[in-house]
Amino acid sequence: MMTDKTVTRRDFLKIAWGAAGVLALAETGAVTLSFFAPRLVAGEFGGVIEAGAVDSFQPGSVTPFTQGRFFLVRMPDGGFVALYRKCTHLGCAVPWNPAEGKFICPCHGSAFETDGQVINQPAPRPLDRFLVTIENGIVTVDTGTPIQRDHASDADLVYAEVQS
Amino acid sequence: MTDNLDPRPDELKQRVWESIQRDELPPRDDRGRMRVVMNNLILHLHPSKVAKPTLKFTYTWGLGGLALLLVALLSLTGVMLMFVYTPSPETAYRDMLNLQTEVWFGQLIRNLHHWSGNLLVIVAFLHLLRVFFTGGFKTPREFNWILGIGLLLLVVGANFTGYLLPWDQLAYWAVTVGSSLLSYVPLIGEPLRTFLLGGPEVGAATLTNFYGLHVAIIPITLMGIVSFHIWRVRKDSLSIPHKLDGSVDGSAGPQIEKVTTLPHLVSREFVFALVMTGAILLWSVWVNAPLEAAANPDHSPNPAKAAWYFMGLQELLLHFHPVFGAIIIPALALGALAFLPYQRFDLSAEGVWFRSAKGRRMAVFGALTALIVVPLLVLFDEYALDLPGLLPSLPTIISNGWIPLAALLLLLIGYYDGIKRIFQATACESRQSVFVLLIVSFIVLTVIGVAFRGEGMALMLPWEVL
Ligand code: HEM
Ligand code: FES
Repeated sequence: MMTDKTVTRRDFLKIAWGAAGVLALAETGAVTLSFFAPRLVAGEFGGVIEAGAVDSFQPGSVTPFTQGRFFLVRMPDGGFVALYRKCTHLGCAVPWNPAEGKFICPCHGSAFETDGQVINQPAPRPLDRFLVTIENGIVTVDTGTPIQRDHASDADLVYAEVQS
Repeated sequence: MTDNLDPRPDELKQRVWESIQRDELPPRDDRGRMRVVMNNLILHLHPSKVAKPTLKFTYTWGLGGLALLLVALLSLTGVMLMFVYTPSPETAYRDMLNLQTEVWFGQLIRNLHHWSGNLLVIVAFLHLLRVFFTGGFKTPREFNWILGIGLLLLVVGANFTGYLLPWDQLAYWAVTVGSSLLSYVPLIGEPLRTFLLGGPEVGAATLTNFYGLHVAIIPITLMGIVSFHIWRVRKDSLSIPHKLDGSVDGSAGPQIEKVTTLPHLVSREFVFALVMTGAILLWSVWVNAPLEAAANPDHSPNPAKAAWYFMGLQELLLHFHPVFGAIIIPALALGALAFLPYQRFDLSAEGVWFRSAKGRRMAVFGALTALIVVPLLVLFDEYALDLPGLLPSLPTIISNGWIPLAALLLLLIGYYDGIKRIFQATACESRQSVFVLLIVSFIVLTVIGVAFRGEGMALMLPWEVL
């Protein structure tokens, strides 16, 4: 016997109603989700911050920016990197410990090098960094998107152009 | 002609009363008692008759009812708190101080809400244990067990969202740490966290979101599922307690005696609810809910601990790669818990505490094993074992995740096999012993996290704690 491939009127309506129902649910879901989506407020943390003149940061210094929630690090060789202060383990605010020369998280004891590299677990990766740009001798930091990385490397460092 | 006569009583007072309370009070006979239960909004949550053996307090320990009482107390005190609290970072903490110093009985109402909420976590957990150990989840009650797990999650969710509202240091950092656990879910974790928090960090949007969840979404869902849960208990009626020899506990013959819910069950519930309300009230008069310094996003306290019911998880997190500590192990545990009633089990052991005499011995064995082994494992991992250091070429997700998890699972399977053989036990009894082992392990981890972790989450030995 051949199978009957014709779609009956009843089948067709069943499928059509089903599809319309699924579509309506999906739309309701999309409306609900977008309604509750994070609302970014202008001027809050997440903008571009002017940190200051290149020369105001000594090589080998760590300067905290509380508003921007980052540390501007100038490595001994003069390279800049901006480290997001949020611990990559579970999000505590990591302070700079000048006595020990490293970042030590108070929450579960993770420790990071000056360039953000992990010295002590449980943090799974180095501190995130923000984009640093240097123009006309002024350092600016874009706190919009933290950049995650598996290893801190010298390629992350930004240098001021050599003044001629 | 007589058809047109109004059958209602003449006196207005009596007519008003009868429009509210339809049945004669106090009822004269069992029929009347059953009718009162059926026709009363609150009492009709009960069946009109219950099996007499289930009335025994040491069968249910009144835990489901206590959970219900706490939900009622929480709703009442919670709505009161809503009148004196504004969920914004500028006002929240100030409102809490104001509540405790200016509002009449403000501290008391806050204490009642705080302690009832924490007690509910414990009570729901104990209720789960009693249902498990008396086999209350077996056919036809499988789905009510699943509903129960949903309730437990909602209770924890309500606690967690409420934790943020005082906006003190405790709140801010516990929620930062707790929500960061989500980031470790592959792919969707980070977007999900940002969605929940309303931004990249805990802030004003988080407080708004959590407030909406805490005062509306979670309670409404919870009450919906609670109604479903209790309706199911009524439909399936409670499992009947049995003694070890299979005879029905508290019933003389083979016939199970039934008694009317009013007054036999209702009076017991009433007394228990009264005693517990009194106890919670006394406790709340004497012990204040904690409030620390105002939230400061620039400064994490040391140590920053999660809420106490997450301390077991947080302790796991100190030993495993975060994906395992926060996601895989809890998901496995929850999955096993949900799958539990759908396994093959011995139906004859319904209502017997710990299944059998052997089951009892094996449960004790499981508890003792966990009490001894878990602290030793924690000490071993803290001071001796450094898997990532031993296997530097492997990513930590393998060296500190898959490898220790596989080792633990093998140990568990070995344990299951071993006791099954040593005790010559059934699968049911052996499974129960594994369950006890895991539950006690979780409790031990929670205790270690709460009491034995000090600054920088370093382990403190018992003599250092005191
Ligand atoms: C807000 C939380 C909860 C409330 C208000 C609640 C309420 C109740 C009540 C009033 C009963 C009647 C018997 C008794 O008191 O033991 C009951 C029975 C039951 N509960 Fe819950 N419950 C909650 C959470 C849970 C949880 C976490 C589980 C397990 C995962 C669970 C599973 C069950 C089962 C299977 C029964 C039937 C037991 C039997 O027939 O022996 N419930 N619940
Ligand atoms: S949050 Fe920094 S170590 Fe856990």
